[in-house]
Amino acid sequence: MKQYFRMYKKHPKAVALRILVTTAAALTVLVLFSLVFYILIKGIPNLKPSLFEWKYTSKNASMMPAIINTITMVLMTLLIAVPFGIGSAIYLTEYAKRGNKVVPVIRMTTETLSGIPSIVYGLFGYMAFVRWLDWGYSLMAGIITLAIMILPLIMRTTEEALLAVPDSYREGSYGLGAGRLRTIFRVVLPSAMPGILSGVILGVGRIVGETAALIYTAGSVTGVPNSLMSGGRTLAVHMYALLSEGLYTDEAYATAVVLLVLVFIINRLSAYVANKIQNR
Amino acid sequence: MNKLREKSMGCVFLVTALASIFAVIIICLFLFANGLPTIAEIGPFDFLLGTTWKPTNDIYGIFPMILGSIYVTAGSLIIGVPVGLLCAVYLARFCPPRVYKYLKPAVDLLAGIPSIVYGFFGLVVIVPIMRDLFGGNGKSVLTASILLGIMILPTLISVGEASIRAVPESYYEGALALGATPEETVFKVMLPAAKSGLTAGVILAIDRSIGEAMAVSMVAGNQPIIPDSLLSGVRTLTANIVLEMGYAADMHREALLATGVVLFIFILLINLSFSLLRRRDDK
Repeated sequence: MKQYFRMYKKHPKAVALRILVTTAAALTVLVLFSLVFYILIKGIPNLKPSLFEWKYTSKNASMMPAIINTITMVLMTLLIAVPFGIGSAIYLTEYAKRGNKVVPVIRMTTETLSGIPSIVYGLFGYMAFVRWLDWGYSLMAGIITLAIMILPLIMRTTEEALLAVPDSYREGSYGLGAGRLRTIFRVVLPSAMPGILSGVILGVGRIVGETAALIYTAGSVTGVPNSLMSGGRTLAVHMYALLSEGLYTDEAYATAVVLLVLVFIINRLSAYVANKIQNR
Repeated sequence: MNKLREKSMGCVFLVTALASIFAVIIICLFLFANGLPTIAEIGPFDFLLGTTWKPTNDIYGIFPMILGSIYVTAGSLIIGVPVGLLCAVYLARFCPPRVYKYLKPAVDLLAGIPSIVYGFFGLVVIVPIMRDLFGGNGKSVLTASILLGIMILPTLISVGEASIRAVPESYYEGALALGATPEETVFKVMLPAAKSGLTAGVILAIDRSIGEAMAVSMVAGNQPIIPDSLLSGVRTLTANIVLEMGYAADMHREALLATGVVLFIFILLINLSFSLLRRRDDK
């Protein structure tokens, strides 16, 4: 320690740089804490049981229907995005040969997809599903839009997880006489599962927090629709609607708390699952 | 039989892999097929360079919004990039493991917070602070830049950290052996070596900043005029869509969809020029 002090005495610039980077890190943490605590302090007193009643009325501004819609939305979106995401990651890592002409195109398109802003996804969903296919504002339009949106995320995380499986696993499986398919489903996928799962959970986080892509596709109708072809708002859209109506600031605080808690749980879950790989 | 199954499953995987290509094609198709005729009808120059946005009089000029998006994005970079990259340096090189255990999840949480919550925080915390400091209603280019600067932090930090960690440890040890302090080494050796990764992080941050809709529309003031100072209100391309899409009809609605197309083209151009740049660097 003393040695360090002596060294730094000779190098004031080094000290300044060290202070600078530490300050930047401290600033980041400060911002996060002030955001989280501000919302918790203002929001928790507003968490009333009436906010969780089954039916939404303009009097109780209940978020229960929005929570149910969010769950539907998450499950259905994953049902579409996960098979496609995992399938294409398997193609990229296990099937595509070196020099394959399709692979660079797929990489370019996934990069493009992940760069498109969610509001543009929303407008696309509106033009394609709501207007052209004439579904109207419906959960289904939102589901397909979101599925396209989280596809690159699932593809990338699955690919990383598959690449992390040592080749000796595959060779061992082939050596025992297993075919390619059996190797993929019995050996490669199970050992990559934690990585895939952590990516899927991150995808859930994006769906839960999404607003801009949903307002013009799933709409902002209150209540739980009785089919996927009618509209409904998710929790994040619910919060946006409360704010833009301007009458429900207290309820918006409470909704923000629920969203924050959800995001926190999702994040920890994803990290917990991902850690399982490293500890193995 | 077995052979057939192997072959057919290979095809299935190929088909799923082609889905992303298909998705990009239909997205481009729908956006351009809907947007370009509208732009042609309004007149490309009147639309892109017109400075008046008055849907009630059928005047659709989005130049103020294009400038607004550029100003706000530039502002967010000025605020976010130094903090984000310095924090990335701290995480990658100077952070004791004890602190890292808490700091890393904190950054991840920052990345996961929905933009609507950021917008709400901006509206109830940052806007009043700006109002007290500078007067006016507190919604301005500066406010939007600060909020977006916060929102791009997690992207900058995680991409920055990964690319600094990717620099071989031998660079670090070599510079230390030549007598440099750890700080000098990191800033003069490691950062230049991680340049391409850091640039990628900044590009991602630009994408996020220019494409952010909900949060910006809540704190930027949204006047459709060219802002004349940091403290005047501003409307971005994204905010233009969010604000008026709800009630717009006919030509007005088409003009908003075309605004989205302009935004989409912006993003494509940014990403394209970046990948060209990277290809040149690779050679």
